[in-house]
Amino acid sequence: MISLNVNQKAYQVDADPNMPLLWVIRDIIGLTGTKYGCGVAQCGACTVHLNGEAVRSCVTKVSRAEGQKVVTIEGLSNNNDHPAQVAWNEENVPQCGYCHSGQIMSAAVLLRENPNPSDEDIDSAMAGNICRCGTYLRIRKAIHSAAELQRKELSSR
Amino acid sequence: MSTGTVSRRNFLRTTGITGAALCLGFSFVADGKENEVIVTTDAEQSALELNAWIKIDSNGLVTLIDHRAEMGQGSYQSVAQMLAEELEVNLKDVNVVFAQGDPKKYGGQITGGSSTIRGSYKKLLKLSATAREVLITAAANKWKAPATECYAESGMVIHKPSGKKLHYGELVADASKLEAPKNIVLKKRSDYKLIGKPLHRKDTPMKTNGAAIFGLDKKLPGMLYAVVERNPRFRGKVKSFDDTAAKKVPGVTQVIVVKMEVFNTIREGVAVIANSTWAAMQGRKALKITWDDTGFEHMDTAEVYLRQQQELKKEGLSFKKQGDPDGILATATKVLDVVYQTPYQAHSAMEPVNCIAHYQKDKVEIWGPIQAPDWVQGDISKKFNVPIDNVRVNMTFLGGGFGRKAFLDYPYEATMISKQIGAPVQVIWTREDDTTQGPYRAGISYRAQGAITNGEISAVKFRMAGQNIDHWSNPKRGVPNDSTTEGFLAPYFESIKNISFADVPFEIPIPNMWWRSVYASTNGFAYESFVNELAHEAGKDPLDFRRTYLKDERCQKLIDKLEEISGWKSRKKNEGYGVAITECFASTVGQIVKVSRSIDGKVKIDKVWAVMDCGWYVNPDIIKAQIEGSVVMALGAATIHEITFKDGMVQQKNFYDYPMPRITDIPPIEVHIIDNDADAGGVGEPGLPAFSPALTAAIFDLTGKRIRKLPFNMATV
Repeated sequence: MISLNVNQKAYQVDADPNMPLLWVIRDIIGLTGTKYGCGVAQCGACTVHLNGEAVRSCVTKVSRAEGQKVVTIEGLSNNNDHPAQVAWNEENVPQCGYCHSGQIMSAAVLLRENPNPSDEDIDSAMAGNICRCGTYLRIRKAIHSAAELQRKELSSR
Repeated sequence: MSTGTVSRRNFLRTTGITGAALCLGFSFVADGKENEVIVTTDAEQSALELNAWIKIDSNGLVTLIDHRAEMGQGSYQSVAQMLAEELEVNLKDVNVVFAQGDPKKYGGQITGGSSTIRGSYKKLLKLSATAREVLITAAANKWKAPATECYAESGMVIHKPSGKKLHYGELVADASKLEAPKNIVLKKRSDYKLIGKPLHRKDTPMKTNGAAIFGLDKKLPGMLYAVVERNPRFRGKVKSFDDTAAKKVPGVTQVIVVKMEVFNTIREGVAVIANSTWAAMQGRKALKITWDDTGFEHMDTAEVYLRQQQELKKEGLSFKKQGDPDGILATATKVLDVVYQTPYQAHSAMEPVNCIAHYQKDKVEIWGPIQAPDWVQGDISKKFNVPIDNVRVNMTFLGGGFGRKAFLDYPYEATMISKQIGAPVQVIWTREDDTTQGPYRAGISYRAQGAITNGEISAVKFRMAGQNIDHWSNPKRGVPNDSTTEGFLAPYFESIKNISFADVPFEIPIPNMWWRSVYASTNGFAYESFVNELAHEAGKDPLDFRRTYLKDERCQKLIDKLEEISGWKSRKKNEGYGVAITECFASTVGQIVKVSRSIDGKVKIDKVWAVMDCGWYVNPDIIKAQIEGSVVMALGAATIHEITFKDGMVQQKNFYDYPMPRITDIPPIEVHIIDNDADAGGVGEPGLPAFSPALTAAIFDLTGKRIRKLPFNMATV
């Protein structure tokens, strides 16, 4: 049995310690927002937060997450209201939508670490996430909008 | 239990309708006849006899049965936006539910050819307006007032003189007893409140919080997971296998041989079934398989193209001919004779191919990312000898489709596995499976000959050699590809008096399937590149040259727009500009690409301008998004992607050797939409074909180097 904390909820899972966190989250815990895209950390569709850092869950052994804090897209906010989620909706970013759980999880870390990212900052932070529908220009725009929203939220606190 | 009962119950469950409701649909009649609108209260009855599209329940909730797939193109939003407009309801009150596969109810359901809106918008608008009118009549009857004194707004009927209001929910019981009025008048474009507006998509919120259910996310009770080690050659079989080690992997329950039908040939593999995806993958790694690869050709890419070049020396099968291009080419003094080459491409949707099947005696249920639920239903019914009404095919959201998910191989294979193991099963294709197993966009070679006389085109002769999707399963090919001219603008035929198109039959054992914009994606490169070469040979500006040959009013407007937005005529010395205009699924798209040299000497794309003429349209922001995405996909196809074969096997496996364009690679893309009242054209695909010929033309403009073979490396031009 492996103890996991996913989205602030404790789980005991019966899994091979080598099983990637992705498949534990999807097949055992049953949270399907985190996606399988490549299995080799090339596309970023499986991005989750491990102790606040963006990791590719398809190559992260579940044993590495034992006792750590895991956050998936389902746990990023309570009401789909993280600045990145709000901006993604505002800028009409998704098409098929499959990669955007991972895109948003990557963007959320960037926005925390760099509240005022330039185009170059965005490109380097997001270069690990593939979108086959080609929504990249809107992703960049949405991250700028999210940064703006985040600044407004902070100043109104 | 009769088969009808199963289907009715399921229908009611799907739509969530209970009690009184107003249901509207078209009676199903043979093609070519005007369908009648039927109004009814009985959802059970309508489920059997109507291709029922709209339901309004006694709470006023509107349900739209969407019989097409949502794979990113946005029709999930567009159909709701159209309905809300004519029905006069708030968009948030419209609930969209995917239909199951059932061509008896819905007609063709294939989501392909950019056909969802253009194929059904007139019907849906009429149906929605009819619903509005019967609701108005029901209210007028209640108030004993003339219907002309009443109007509908925000899900209510309002009596103008008195200000009295009734919600649609209060009217459905009465309205459902009325006859559908004839001669419904649709709104004028100038009166639209929703259509033509860039409204937010209804599916966006659930695509930002993980709630949207794609095929891979669907779970059934007792469902097992399977992965399949398929023969790496397209027609290969299993000779023998050793599953001792695979069966020792914890979680693995069964290992079986599975056949997958690909068109009319069989490919075999060994399926590992387990209680998690990961366990199945581990079991697969432990398999030892000996393949049987006899009885078919093992192709190499170099050989494929060598053979195509040989074929292009033949005349081929004539597809279209006017005037005497051969006679003119034989005597003309200024003649161009060139070959263009386009590569095989994988679809590489972000959601790899997958499917859930639950085979029970005389009954099959399918869940998955499926573009053609009606085809799957028919195929499974036929191949497994199950009555068609007992095959239920459910569409989830598709994590991209691009044509791949219109194919029938993966639901067939999943059903085979479920039948053999006696349990519901989800078959997952790994990224490597998705890349190596096909089917692919066919790589096609083109020969283009043209003559310039007195600065004008005097003759053009095109021929193509490449696999044809329609004929892959039928190698006895005696007719030309019916998509030989796809992508080429029809008005050219008015002005180029001597022109011919031919197709040279070319068949090899590589499975092919539609790929976004289909033949226009390769034809467009060859045909529009050649127009650019002819313009150069004639000493004319490529944009003005097109003005001369595309006399059609819509083309003239599109060309004017391209010139106006791009600064084509005021370009600077160190800038390269290229243009191309292509037709695809009843829409025309023109693109201009601007390139320059970076400080490091490499050519970079500075900007892409696109102008779309798709006639009547619903949501301009969705159109812009589709063109942006098409340009990105075309950029990969032109400058990165090629599926290659060695000894009959595909050499690319995953995103590390079939890399996708990333956020760092994307130029600014500016999209404009032409406003006119022509019939609606396609949106999801037409933005793709013009990009590669416009890009290579821009590179020629800057460097003087002609690129006739895709893909090419931007870093070395």
